Amino acid sequence: MVELTLPKNSKVSSGKVWDKPQGAKSLREFRIYRWNPDDGRTPRIDTYYVDTEDCGPMILDGLIWIKNKIDPTLSFRRSCREGICGSCAMNINGINHLACTSGMDEVTGPVTLYPLPHMPVVKDLIPDLTNFYAQLRSVEPWLKTVSPTPQREWRQSHEDRVKLDGLYECILCACCQTSCPSYWWNSDRYLGPAVLLQAYRWINDSRDEGTGERLDDLEDPFRLYRCHTIMNCANACPKGLNPAKAIAEIKKLMVERQI
Amino acid sequence: MADMTTPLKRVRGLGSARSGTDHFWQQRLTALANVPLIIFFVILVISLAGESYEVVHDRLASPWVAIFLILTIISITHHMRLGMQIVIEDYVHGEPQRILLLVANIFFALIVASASIFAVLKISFGG
Repeated sequence: MVELTLPKNSKVSSGKVWDKPQGAKSLREFRIYRWNPDDGRTPRIDTYYVDTEDCGPMILDGLIWIKNKIDPTLSFRRSCREGICGSCAMNINGINHLACTSGMDEVTGPVTLYPLPHMPVVKDLIPDLTNFYAQLRSVEPWLKTVSPTPQREWRQSHEDRVKLDGLYECILCACCQTSCPSYWWNSDRYLGPAVLLQAYRWINDSRDEGTGERLDDLEDPFRLYRCHTIMNCANACPKGLNPAKAIAEIKKLMVERQI
Repeated sequence: MADMTTPLKRVRGLGSARSGTDHFWQQRLTALANVPLIIFFVILVISLAGESYEVVHDRLASPWVAIFLILTIISITHHMRLGMQIVIEDYVHGEPQRILLLVANIFFALIVASASIFAVLKISFGG
């Protein structure tokens, strides 16, 4: 059955409250999920105070400030710091988002940070995305053709290229994927919103010749039809995309090829 | 024993079942059918409130009312079975329990539908 409570060794306890920085005039409280696989302890929530006058405005700036100035053991992923790489996706005050594009002034109260929900945790704010990447690989997110490769590029009309808007922008941060309750319960068989959006990006590509095979591979009560249009995915996407709509388009194509 | 299968092997599993679209389509069709059928049913129940046994019996025995009632029963019980199947598949993960509940769900819907249709037919044909 679905697990409605956390297993004993995953119960979160209150953690350390770190000292406030000396002489700081403007402080922001950060409450951060901490878990280290090597110390044998259950997860805890540590409290830090960030000197906002000595730090950039975004939540990622706060995290980097904490790591540099207070606690070098704090672990999180980050790279581009401008919403392109998707590395710093995490649960920020209850909503999945990118730490680099979320301002500290956009959340009220303490900044509360957890790793992306319902994924195995590697350490602190780092989720294990192995299953997600394998699911993405399974939909073969690349151009598949049978016709002889042209001398130059595979051509596409402007109108057909426009059909990929709202799909190609996905940065694979997994914010939508891990916000979906259906994915929480059945992540072993349901492909999830991010992967299905990627699948539709290739189904909808005028140059791709594998449409039928792609639909065949998705036509499954679990792979595709676990989507119940909950719409958390569209709410969570930091790029403003709508994976639920892409999934609905796949379902429409499934019906269209049968009637 | 350590699991040495690759993540891709686990994700691909037994492959696509190549089904699910019929379920999806039928659930939407029955949902659509339920709208007028349930409105009809509610109006029928309201119109019969406080009436005598004979009046109720005669109304239910009339062909159009009986046909609509049978259609309502078929549409609702089919929709109920499809919906419950989704709930079971979503939340029950143990293989034996899931199969048991899926089978029970089919039988339950069939029994409810059969008993209800039998009742309507019995009234219609002089029960």
